[in-house]
Amino acid sequence: MKENREWTPRILCLLCRWCAYAGADLAGISRIHYPPTPRVIRFPCSARMDPYFVIKGFREGFDGVLVAGCHPGDCHYSKGNYYARRRFMLLKDLLLFAGIEPERLQIRWISAAEGKKFAQVISEMTEKILPLGPLKIKEISLKRILEKEELWQPLAGSE
Amino acid sequence: MPRVGVFVCWCGVNIAKTVDVEQVAQKASTLPGVVYSTSYRYMCSDPGQELIRNAISEHKLDRVVVASCSPAMHETTFQRAVSEAGLNPYFMEMANIREQDSWVHEDRELATEKAFELIAAAVERVKRAQPLEPLEFSVEKKALVIGGGIAGIQAALDIAEAGFQVYLVEKSPSIGGRMAQFDKTFPTLDCAMCILSPKMVDCYRHPNIKILSYSEVEEVKGFVGNFEVTIKKKARSVNEDLCTGCGLCIERCPTKATSEFDEGIGERKAIYIPFPQAVPLVPVIDREVCLWFTKGRCGLCQRVCPAKAIDYSQQDTYIKEKFGTIIVATGADIFDASVYGEYGYGQHPDIITSAQLERMINSSGPTKGEIIRPSNGKHPESVVFIQCVGSRDEQKGYPYCSRVCCMYTAKHALLLKEHLPNVKTYIFYIDIRAFGKGYEEFVRRVQDEFGAIYIRGRVGRIYPENGKLIVQGTDTLLGQQVKVEADLVVLAAALVPRKDVKDLARKLNISTDEYGWLMEAHPKLRPVETMTKGIFLAGTCQFPKDIPDSVAQASAAASKAIAIMQQESLFSEPVVARVNKNKCVGCFSCKEVCPYSAIEEETVLEQTSGLEKKIAKVNPGLCQGCGNCASACRSQAIDLLGFTSEQLIAQLEGLAKVERE
Repeated sequence: MKENREWTPRILCLLCRWCAYAGADLAGISRIHYPPTPRVIRFPCSARMDPYFVIKGFREGFDGVLVAGCHPGDCHYSKGNYYARRRFMLLKDLLLFAGIEPERLQIRWISAAEGKKFAQVISEMTEKILPLGPLKIKEISLKRILEKEELWQPLAGSE
Repeated sequence: MPRVGVFVCWCGVNIAKTVDVEQVAQKASTLPGVVYSTSYRYMCSDPGQELIRNAISEHKLDRVVVASCSPAMHETTFQRAVSEAGLNPYFMEMANIREQDSWVHEDRELATEKAFELIAAAVERVKRAQPLEPLEFSVEKKALVIGGGIAGIQAALDIAEAGFQVYLVEKSPSIGGRMAQFDKTFPTLDCAMCILSPKMVDCYRHPNIKILSYSEVEEVKGFVGNFEVTIKKKARSVNEDLCTGCGLCIERCPTKATSEFDEGIGERKAIYIPFPQAVPLVPVIDREVCLWFTKGRCGLCQRVCPAKAIDYSQQDTYIKEKFGTIIVATGADIFDASVYGEYGYGQHPDIITSAQLERMINSSGPTKGEIIRPSNGKHPESVVFIQCVGSRDEQKGYPYCSRVCCMYTAKHALLLKEHLPNVKTYIFYIDIRAFGKGYEEFVRRVQDEFGAIYIRGRVGRIYPENGKLIVQGTDTLLGQQVKVEADLVVLAAALVPRKDVKDLARKLNISTDEYGWLMEAHPKLRPVETMTKGIFLAGTCQFPKDIPDSVAQASAAASKAIAIMQQESLFSEPVVARVNKNKCVGCFSCKEVCPYSAIEEETVLEQTSGLEKKIAKVNPGLCQGCGNCASACRSQAIDLLGFTSEQLIAQLEGLAKVERE
């Protein structure tokens, strides 16, 4: 990052090519502007998104990770997104345990028609990550986890 | 070491305006492995592709990154370009710097930076690409058309004429759809049934078309060329092969019910044919009201039937068929006008919808073509039409324009005047949308020659007074309140998506938009295709449209389907899973999660121990490439070709590395 500019978070986006990726394209086609934070990788299905890619993303220095697939029931491969949902719910707990703020990982359902929603999700995520500052993975310690007791509250639903 | 070429597209100003393409191309040349990089005004144009091909041979490139639009747009274009130059098409990777960069960001510096990062990641990814060969598979030369309205009929006829078998599945007892309900069509005032029924009969007689009426699609499996569809043929209680369509059963049936075909203003029997020209001309028993089924007695129809066709014991049957292509033409519903409390639909009998008026005007309708006030059976002297009921209204209905209401209302105003020369017609409208060929002239004619009075404004309230209805609204052109006395009020209820369309969309794996209209693959360039290969859209299931548009779309969908079916075999993306035999431990977690049962068992000899072990094997014919198995694998033994972990991680690292510099 250049020093003379305000810090811009970088969000790794794992997008299913049938829905969220097409939704992101639609945001472009509709010229809906959003902060220049996302860095997209295209997946064939949210079921291909090994949770490892999320952990890898954080380890490589991304400040947030967005996982987006098709709405429940709309999976191109019939039920891949259900598997993804289970995997990422587990991962959320793990990341909490590791001291990564829950705002940094978002799991959303975005359809190919929801260009507006994609832009919104990115804007919201960016706003939530800004006050958290850059993710400094090496500084995360047990001390920090214990300080943030509220992080231990049980997690709500995926959306 | 691979030799990568990077080609950055300006897309005119689309990309170049927000991204400094020249700087990006220059910077990309410093990336490890990149031996050539350039930018060009239109990379997808012929000279642009020529530039790529020449660079490949000149600089001995073996990998290519094209930074331009979304791969959804031009992936195949550039894959073809590189394979023409002798490269495997999967040695080309795209960086989406238009839809996901230049079109959505304003800050030129940040957008340029992002473009470079996306390219860097694509370079890393393409360096790990493996050559893949498309998979070949056979095509079933049979099409399924869902919905027997004018769109479905037209599509079925076109496909049948091209020499392919068609199954036309219709939910209701007869094909014909909405158009069969109409009296006349705008703007030519052709008799709707006179132009529709020959087509219905053609469908019935065509050796290549099989009509499955009173049937629904139950389940869809498979993929383009090889859809496996289960169709439920609902119990009709009448044997179609024996019935002669004489109608004696209907004559004798003692039970009456409300007619769906007449939009609730007419009656039919418990055993009925929806309309006289129905195809097939075979009655159906409504088991909800039939005395035999509700009370266990009667049986009159069975006794009088000379052909012994009545069969109370008939059950739903299921037909399993393979199809190469599917056309969805399920049509639209009509907005429930009772949502507008102020209009009083459903509270006063003289407030009706346009569809109900349509049935009333129709000479085969419940009033035999007489236009009457339902309250007293007399001819109305003054009729008020209200436009945009449920459309162009975000509060109570839908924000979109329903497209056909302006025109059918003008038609109604004209037909009313023809039936009742002394009637006065008033039309409350927001805008008159008469965009088609001959439409504007038609509306003018209705105003000038047929005396329809157009009042621009919304209606606030309708209330009964002295046996009349008072319609109170604002004339926004005059800027004053108006009150019109009416004997009959007709609401132009909008077309809305079918209630059960989401269910069908799920079965077919196609998407719906925010309202529930079925989604086309591209709003401009692929208007009849869906995102699922081999499935096409026709008619109002996609969005409200008039008959000419529905027919045009149906023929377009048919030609797309024909183009697929006339091929000897199809080729699919070689994105399939592959097992690393040495790594697989045979836990079969992959088998559990595979939605296509593509994982099989295989016995191999372990290299080191020489012992037999059972491991997983992928059947590439069944694998659809979702990659669920790869995520589920505990020993990372399964990978997805085209989306290998190595490629994805390299891409991720490529994105990340840039920041550290």
